[in-house]
Amino acid sequence: MKTIYLDNNATTQVASEVLDAMVPYFHDLYGNPSSMHSFGGQVAKTIREAREKVAHLIGADPDEIIFTSCGTESDNTAILSALAVNPDKRHIVTSRVEHPAVKALCEHLREKGYALTELAVDSEGRLDMEQYENSLTGDTAVVSLMWANNETGVIFPVEEAARLARDRGIVFHTDAVQAVGKIPINMQNNSISMLSLSGHKLHAPKGVGVLYLRKGTRYSPFLIGGHQEKGRRGGTENTASIIALGKACELAGRNMETENTKVKYLRDKLEAALLKRIPNSRVNGDRVNRLPNTTNISFEFVEGEGILLLMDGFGICASSGSACTSGSLQPSHVLRAMGVPFTMAHGSVRFSLSIYNTEDEIDFVIEKLPSIIERLRSLSPYWKPEPSICATM
Amino acid sequence: MWEYTDKVKDHFINPRNVGEIENPDGVAEVGSIACGDALKLTFKLDENKRIVDAKFKTFGCASAIASASALTEIIKGMTLEEATKVTNKDIANYLGGLPEEKMHCSVLGQQALEQAIGNYKGAPQKEPGEQIVCECFGITDHEIERAITENHLTTVQEVTNYTKAGGGCGNCHEKIQAIIDRIYSGAIPEAKIEKKPRLSNLQKIRLIEETIEKEIRPSLKHDGGDIDLIDIVGNRVIVATRGTCATCHAAQLTLKGFVEYKLRELVSPELVVEEESP
Repeated sequence: MKTIYLDNNATTQVASEVLDAMVPYFHDLYGNPSSMHSFGGQVAKTIREAREKVAHLIGADPDEIIFTSCGTESDNTAILSALAVNPDKRHIVTSRVEHPAVKALCEHLREKGYALTELAVDSEGRLDMEQYENSLTGDTAVVSLMWANNETGVIFPVEEAARLARDRGIVFHTDAVQAVGKIPINMQNNSISMLSLSGHKLHAPKGVGVLYLRKGTRYSPFLIGGHQEKGRRGGTENTASIIALGKACELAGRNMETENTKVKYLRDKLEAALLKRIPNSRVNGDRVNRLPNTTNISFEFVEGEGILLLMDGFGICASSGSACTSGSLQPSHVLRAMGVPFTMAHGSVRFSLSIYNTEDEIDFVIEKLPSIIERLRSLSPYWKPEPSICATM
Repeated sequence: MWEYTDKVKDHFINPRNVGEIENPDGVAEVGSIACGDALKLTFKLDENKRIVDAKFKTFGCASAIASASALTEIIKGMTLEEATKVTNKDIANYLGGLPEEKMHCSVLGQQALEQAIGNYKGAPQKEPGEQIVCECFGITDHEIERAITENHLTTVQEVTNYTKAGGGCGNCHEKIQAIIDRIYSGAIPEAKIEKKPRLSNLQKIRLIEETIEKEIRPSLKHDGGDIDLIDIVGNRVIVATRGTCATCHAAQLTLKGFVEYKLRELVSPELVVEEESP
């Protein structure tokens, strides 16, 4: 059975060009870039090139790129660094819809005695900028707001938020794990202090990430060890993955247009067809300010896990914000923060596409999903089908 | 991804006995859409009081659908008396087991059966004297006690897996632990309380103050709330709510389900907690 992979916000396929670029660094070019001999030294040179490629994708200076092990490490490093360099400030501002890499850390810090403001979002998943501005105080050490939401794809106006923070001398961090590679980002045009990105969300392997650190931003390292990354992140470089990430960023820059034309077209086609063919369905989140690859659709009166399992039977991979699939007993914190009604939240499915998806795949999903939903609804005590107005449905 | 047995997958993909029986002899609706699990069970009896037909409708995950399907298969052909003895373990065993975190699906099936039989017999749906312990999912002390004793549960996490209680905000974890402790200490609460010597009025007032200070206030403050003891008139304990309690729509539940519960447990079973009238 063919796999139709529509779960690219969870992780992506390593691009074949990326795989080819990284393979030599496992077995042949295995030297340590810190070594004095040329066998290791040649790896240092390739890492330098990778750093330039990453910097180029986001309009940064190579010196502003710190390689880490993942997005979570970058997020933790950024927030803890901002607190460490501002020991007299005890307030953190974030949102209610952040990824656990930020949310759980901030909640942990609240237990340790920090004051935490978790900004609310409206029913479309948008921030209230006035409320944001009012939350900034003289005691605020750091703001951490995601660039784009992993569940809904909703884009926050982080550049404007960063400007308001800078005007008050507050460090601004953004978790841009879902945004980098999908929408254009240029760090020369904003005042964001720190940005996190993750390799495996843009066709590089798992286990490599980046913390962008704007020049002049005071910094305190998280991993203390060797002099790697100019003493800003100890630990021998994950050479193969760093080189892979460089290649992936090069490809992402090249594919940015495809992402915002072809991928967006496929996403829109999928979304429109499902809404049309499946009654009592709706999109969660702002449909205008949104990543081009993501759609989060709720199908009322059914539970997400059943949808995923029946789709799995056809090789279709997606995610759900339902309680049963989240590992907890409550539906996704993002949908709850948006006030999505329970009848809808449990039946939410996120489809996230990549440049490798084809129109045939999307057509296949459009063909299969209506009967899946209908079948689960026929089991549901809440579903009372209304006579269809449209005879062709 | 959950690891389901082939039997669970089979009953999810090919559920047996879906639907509703018209003019059923017993009917039950348990769970709710807010909780993510809901089950409607209907059955029909023959002239010998045997279940000739049972049907279900379920909103929930794959294991909830499979558990309901299994339940209808198990009880078809049983006498009412036999069906009364069906436990959640029978449902889980029929399916070749369920993941620990999904055991609550089998408990939901058992509750539906119990309620449907009660409905046939004309019994009230909720037992008198039940107290809500988990406010997120509306789980009562009786439901938790039953899951603990029938499945030999020993931790709060296990109770959550079987009943969902404690799976939301987590504020009731202490109360669940208290129920576990009580059950394994071998003493049922009524017996424990009865052993208490009669208190003089002064002793009672002191004990109430002490219980509020040590047992009640720390939990409320944890949530930004508080209460003040205003007066004690006989067995009426009059309190005023403060902090977040004062504006919380669930404060009444807290006063009855937690404050009164604690005072009855630790001071005297006759106490009644009332909020000071504004």
